[in-house]
Amino acid sequence: MKPTLSSLPFEQADCSDDSGSVWPRASFLLEAGKYGRILRIALVERLAYRLDFILSTLLRFLPMLTTILLWLAVYAGAGRLSEGELGGFSLNEMISYLLLVHISRMFSSMPGLAQGIARDIRDGNLKKYLLQPISLLPYLLAYRAAHKVAYITMTAVPYAVLFFLCRDFFAGWPSAPVLLAYAVSLVLGFLVGFFFEAALGMLGFWFLEVSSFLYVVGTLNFFLSGHMFPFDLLPATFAHILKNLPFQYLAYFPAAIFLNKVPQDMLFSALATEAAWAIALALLAGWLYRCGLRRYSAYGG
Amino acid sequence: MTTVTTPLDAGPIIETHGLTKIYRVYQKQEGLLGAIRGLFRRRYREVRAVDGISFRIEPGEIVGFLGPNGAGKTTTLKMLSGLIYPTSGTARVLGFVPWERANAFRRQLALVMGQKNQLWWDLPAADSFALHRAIYSLPLDQFEQTLDELTELFGVAHLLRQPVRELSLGERMKMELIAALLHQPRLLLLDEPTIGLDVVAQVSIRRCLREYNRRRGVTILLTSHYMKDVEALCERVMVIRHGQLIYDGPLAGIIEQFSQSKLVKLQLAEEADPVPFRRYGEVVHADGPLIELRVERQRLPEVLAAILDHHRVLDLNVQDPPLEQVIARVFEEPLAAHETDSQLTPV
Repeated sequence: MKPTLSSLPFEQADCSDDSGSVWPRASFLLEAGKYGRILRIALVERLAYRLDFILSTLLRFLPMLTTILLWLAVYAGAGRLSEGELGGFSLNEMISYLLLVHISRMFSSMPGLAQGIARDIRDGNLKKYLLQPISLLPYLLAYRAAHKVAYITMTAVPYAVLFFLCRDFFAGWPSAPVLLAYAVSLVLGFLVGFFFEAALGMLGFWFLEVSSFLYVVGTLNFFLSGHMFPFDLLPATFAHILKNLPFQYLAYFPAAIFLNKVPQDMLFSALATEAAWAIALALLAGWLYRCGLRRYSAYGG
Repeated sequence: MTTVTTPLDAGPIIETHGLTKIYRVYQKQEGLLGAIRGLFRRRYREVRAVDGISFRIEPGEIVGFLGPNGAGKTTTLKMLSGLIYPTSGTARVLGFVPWERANAFRRQLALVMGQKNQLWWDLPAADSFALHRAIYSLPLDQFEQTLDELTELFGVAHLLRQPVRELSLGERMKMELIAALLHQPRLLLLDEPTIGLDVVAQVSIRRCLREYNRRRGVTILLTSHYMKDVEALCERVMVIRHGQLIYDGPLAGIIEQFSQSKLVKLQLAEEADPVPFRRYGEVVHADGPLIELRVERQRLPEVLAAILDHHRVLDLNVQDPPLEQVIARVFEEPLAAHETDSQLTPV
């Protein structure tokens, strides 16, 4: 055996090694440029499905209508149709909330992301990320960002029409700083959603089939994110807990900002907390990926 | 690319010593009770997928990697491309330890698996190639030049703008190969590149690979179940069975080493009864004056003399048995037969 050849790999392989690096360290700008180009190309790919985007958006408007009718009935039943509030929300606010939640989800929902990662692991398509000089998480992030840009551009018109028709439910445009905070919260919500789903997908390294688990998480998420109704309707303790979990950023939080439910002086710290959650989830996803990769490289592939 | 200098140009492209991969396979127990028991105590079986193989491949070689299903070919390719760690042993590929997966290593390597699809299904191949350019950060002029050369070589320039799903299987495989070659890898690992293709496409892909190897000096290691692939492309083959390398040498040498018999084709002057020919060897085929015999190699001179003595022979032809048959027999032999190399000595 020649001394130049390396010895067994297990001695040097720990979770912190750079093999299949999640975040490339060297020449960061060059790398960022690479993922920027990947984003542009993925955008072209996504535009191939534009009709599907528009149709799926229009179909999503139908359940929205029934939800609005339902809440009209709830407020009527409680005798608070014209004035009065439920959990601090007037009827108009409630309906604007339910409309705004759709905007939140436009940014934060990640259809098929976790499922796709788990499938790539199981079917061996993960190879692509190990053989080519790309890293899984930045690549998928660029790809997903392209997906979102394409989707939001495609569906801007139908949404604008919808909001125009529903304009009477809204009290008017919020102030400029609130609008800015709203925009930031949406972008951060995209990141929170992405890294949460990506971390879920990494479970595919340890479990053969994750789809039913993902289904349960998705269902829970509908409630935990505030997609179903605002937390403020819940008993104070529950509402308090939910407002300290990261799921709120997927639906509740941006809508609450838009409706001025977050005090102006709290905006900055609230957004900083959201950013911290995004970073924490990114670290979690990266760590799970590295650990999974070690297992994958040792046992199969 | 700036950070890593590689001592490549001198040494071999691939060098392995005692490369071994042992998988621990979970043994599922039978029935419901077994399944429940399996929840608490799992039984594992060790599988030596690759068992101490050592070889060298020099720059520019095309080497065929043969073996029955489950012999360890794909596992070896996965270790060489850095997808999995070995259990023991060492490997240097392009001067790197593959499973460290250095970016500089990944830029010089391509692995194509015949059953796997890398291209975007609904888009033209050109879009996937553009993505490839971004991933490998290729300069535009170099990328375009390579792409032109490859599409011309593979004869698919006119198909670049057609969605991949509308291409035939052969055209798709050509696009896959182009994608793999765009970054001009120095080592190309091919796992069943012609699987499922019709003969015309197979021939055409072989020709392209051969030509590309001639032009660029790319080193190719390929597995295939089609002996025609191997015959057309590889001067050297490695045969792996039960995880062990049992042959490494020129293609023709396989027949020398593994086939103990020759095929003797006779054309006799008149119709003959095949029965008396049985004493010479196995009668493979008998049709009037045409007789085909399989004769043990050691007996060949004696048999030929006897035949010429006892029969009126118009024509006589001695051949090696077809490579596919020899290989098939090598693959089928039980494990014990090749524990040592002693009985493999050629005559």
